[in-house]
Amino acid sequence: MPSRQSPSDGSETRSAQGVTTQQSGVRPTGDSPTPILPAASPASTAATRDADTDAGDISGSTGKPRSLFTDALFDLRRKPMFLIPLVLILFLAVVAIFPGLFTSVDPRFCQLSDAAKGPEAGHIFGFNRQGCDTFSRTVHGARASLEVGLLVTVGAVLLGAIVGAVAGFYGGLVDSILSRLTDVFFALPLLLGAIVFLSSFPNRNVFVVSFALIVLGWPQIARIMRGSVIGVKDADYVLAARALGAKDRRLMFRHVLPNAIAPVIVVATISLGIFIVAEATLSYLGIGLPPTTVSWGGDINSATDALRTTPRILLIPAAALSITVLSFILLGEAVREALDPRLR
Amino acid sequence: MTTSVRIDNPGSPPEPGHALLEVENLHVEFRTRDGVAKAVNGVSYELHAGKTLAILGESGSGKSVSAQAVMGILDSPPGFITEGKIRFDGQDLLTMSEKDRRTIRGERISMVFQDALSALNPVYSVGFQIAEMFRVHRGASRKEGMAKAVELMDRVQIPAAKGRVKDYPHEFSGGMRQRIMIAIAIALDPDVLIADEPTTALDVTVQAQVMALFSDLLKDSNTGLILITHDLGVVADVADEIAVMYAGRIVERAPVGEIYARPAHPYTQGLLASIPRVDRKGQALYAIDGLPPTLTRIPKGCTFHPRCSRVQDNCRVDVPPLYDVGPQRVSACHYWEDVLAETATTADADALTDGEPSSVRTAQGDRRG
Amino acid sequence: MGRYVVRRLLQMIPVFIGSTLLIFLLVNLTPGDPLLNLAGDRALDPTVRAQLTEQFHLNRNVFLQYLYFMQGIFTLDFGTTFSGRPVLDIMKDAFPITIRLAVLALLFEAVVGLPAGLIAGLRRGKLFDSTSLIASLVVIAIPIFVLGFVIQLFVAIKLGIGSPTVGVTTPWKDLLLPAVVLGSLSLAYILRLTRTSVAENARSDYVRTATAKGLGRKRVVTVHLLRNSMIPVVTFLGADLGALMGGALVTEGIFNIKGVGGTLFLSITRGETATVVSLVTVLVLVYLVANLVVDLLYAVLDPRIRYA
Repeated sequence: MPSRQSPSDGSETRSAQGVTTQQSGVRPTGDSPTPILPAASPASTAATRDADTDAGDISGSTGKPRSLFTDALFDLRRKPMFLIPLVLILFLAVVAIFPGLFTSVDPRFCQLSDAAKGPEAGHIFGFNRQGCDTFSRTVHGARASLEVGLLVTVGAVLLGAIVGAVAGFYGGLVDSILSRLTDVFFALPLLLGAIVFLSSFPNRNVFVVSFALIVLGWPQIARIMRGSVIGVKDADYVLAARALGAKDRRLMFRHVLPNAIAPVIVVATISLGIFIVAEATLSYLGIGLPPTTVSWGGDINSATDALRTTPRILLIPAAALSITVLSFILLGEAVREALDPRLR
Repeated sequence: MTTSVRIDNPGSPPEPGHALLEVENLHVEFRTRDGVAKAVNGVSYELHAGKTLAILGESGSGKSVSAQAVMGILDSPPGFITEGKIRFDGQDLLTMSEKDRRTIRGERISMVFQDALSALNPVYSVGFQIAEMFRVHRGASRKEGMAKAVELMDRVQIPAAKGRVKDYPHEFSGGMRQRIMIAIAIALDPDVLIADEPTTALDVTVQAQVMALFSDLLKDSNTGLILITHDLGVVADVADEIAVMYAGRIVERAPVGEIYARPAHPYTQGLLASIPRVDRKGQALYAIDGLPPTLTRIPKGCTFHPRCSRVQDNCRVDVPPLYDVGPQRVSACHYWEDVLAETATTADADALTDGEPSSVRTAQGDRRG
Repeated sequence: MGRYVVRRLLQMIPVFIGSTLLIFLLVNLTPGDPLLNLAGDRALDPTVRAQLTEQFHLNRNVFLQYLYFMQGIFTLDFGTTFSGRPVLDIMKDAFPITIRLAVLALLFEAVVGLPAGLIAGLRRGKLFDSTSLIASLVVIAIPIFVLGFVIQLFVAIKLGIGSPTVGVTTPWKDLLLPAVVLGSLSLAYILRLTRTSVAENARSDYVRTATAKGLGRKRVVTVHLLRNSMIPVVTFLGADLGALMGGALVTEGIFNIKGVGGTLFLSITRGETATVVSLVTVLVLVYLVANLVVDLLYAVLDPRIRYA
């Protein structure tokens, strides 16, 4: 329990060191060592432990026992803070995969004669400074953002989870080496590191940008995974499985990972939003996706000079970007709240 | 040494024998998303100056919650006192203003918690935390406070107190930390001291030392002690009176000698039977069948009936009142006479060994018969 | 305490070497002609090519190149820009401005974020708590360049509060609005961090002990609850000072501030990669040092760590 970091509370992008040190092993566990009163049956000890002082435990033991995940799901089904972003994300996914459903205007068809023209029939958001249809570009821009966000998240989670799980599970020298390696990559701030990498990279595309963000984004996942695995691997049920002769691989996949993955899922969801921001910022700076790719960041960049005259050109892709990111962050936040019993 | 720390309480100290603290029909519930958990359901007891009342019960029986209600430190929400009175020195604590209550808290009623490591603030020295009592309640200066802290640490028998007063809680062993907790609790010479499982988190040898310290500190004082525990062994030597709690109710209350010799409630009987004893080596340890009830769904009638071996039809319907079953003792069992009669016959036969409280063999005979 | 400091410093060495090596590799192992990459969009005339080859020691092997790179860092020789001005010279002018901006942003974060987080934490689940939590998520979700333009447009241009661009002399009052933009993201984090920390500690045993000792509500909160809850927050603020220097990139670009970020922003848009790399390297170093200071600060604040 103490190893679970609350991802959106500041430890996310930086300074995780401080927060983790505080949480490691300072607090004792709440178990009372030798209960002398009769425990009516072995199964009752867990249910009754500490119920005396903690009302949360009293309530937790009602009804049929639910696992953390089913309990969380049960909780989430009724929460608008979960359902609204979920629906938005599904909608965005449809927009990204089938932009043609929403607009038949070619986002790359631009006529300078239309530059910065206001809304008209068939062009509800008007035209941008190059005379391209703003609505169409905003619809088509979803794909780049979601592609990068998804690619980076999958890549960073795979890489980070493997490194973190191995470091946490095996400990010792392996842990020391992997942890220092993680520190090295963690020391590079996401944006600055990506700038260094991409500014000297000639032909950028979705994959290059994603690669840069994966290289810089995985350490955070690794740290959380490591902490989570360490927290779980010494749990009694893992020790019991080990004592029964379970092999490392089985222990890892059967007992440790399923119980350690929850914080990673939460951080991954929120990170997806953060990676989309990073891509947009890079594209805005002109060192992310190339101008040939339709992207929100790029469109915002090209609209900056028109801020005073036609702010609409900038605000529309900006709104789309912000809503997308907010959806992922809200979703991650809702999942985190549901998975963290302490917050109830 | 002891007198030097004492500073006289404002007002006259309560006379010995007079009921210092009266808890009357106390009800506490926790309102959670899964329903209302009724943690305390009509608890009444009295504490007299200079006496020790032990409140005995399993986890979830409401013993700590009732103490927190007395102390005024219930987490609220979710905890609410829904009914009852708590009178201290004749004043009702529950209707009192928060300001008045605060002058009583810590100064006249104080508390020792179970886990001293988490109950002490990790970022302040132990000296600071003891001295705080004098600085806040007595207006002492920082220096005076620290001097008092050293005296108190001496009094709770912490070696080299002077050198350790600036150390932090994590630098002490579990037993020493609990002594610091006790030092804070007795700092202002309270009238009532509530010790909530003070030895549970400690090693067995250290448990004995800490209990000895309690007896030592309270030997000649008028302080009334409420000792909350689930450990029957801890209670026997120190307590004057024992109250046994089950599912938020007191099911039996009696002077200490009597309850061990002749329990008048089947639950108490079961508890005593489940103590491991050297003279019964080789025999299976007794255990009460079933689980304590979930506090959101407390059984009708006698709360203990689902686990009781002598349950009758009316136990499932009628809530047993506290029957007077002897001088200064009550039992919440419709069939207390049967229980008492049964335990009486065996109690005489059961020899007291090494001054240990006698236990009850019949319960075992009953079940295995 | 001493041992902890020494250990942290020793641990810092491999991280320092590793991160600088990483920056170096990120720059040098990209495909293509490194000089062409470094030159960005510009045509490369032979003099510049020779100068760059010399500056980056491209005629030596990779290991030596790294050593030269490190030598440059330690001797504060960060090379020159395309216009021939030493990067160090630019930094001397730019850093004071960025530090001023970062300090303002930090003040804004602390003054608004801490009390708001404290109130939210103490009134968990109440209206203020849920509103500020959602508001903070919205702020986190809005990219800083969007926020920058929105504030520039609506506050500075439409409402006329503050200045949409910062004057040449960089007066303090012109920096207020950029500082709000720069600090807003961290403000949201600080609010949430304080709130979580306070809410968690409020239920801790030692806060209950403090109440049981008969201390007043104010003393319980300020002396016992706040002191403990501040530990992660203060360390965040410390690390944030380092991060803000880098984060100033976008903000300074938008408000046309001639700080490190503004210079970096211009270098990026002009494709002056060599300058970009030098500036980012320095910013990363600042960030590393800030993190180290924070770790040490942490030991000062939490007595439990000193002996760990």
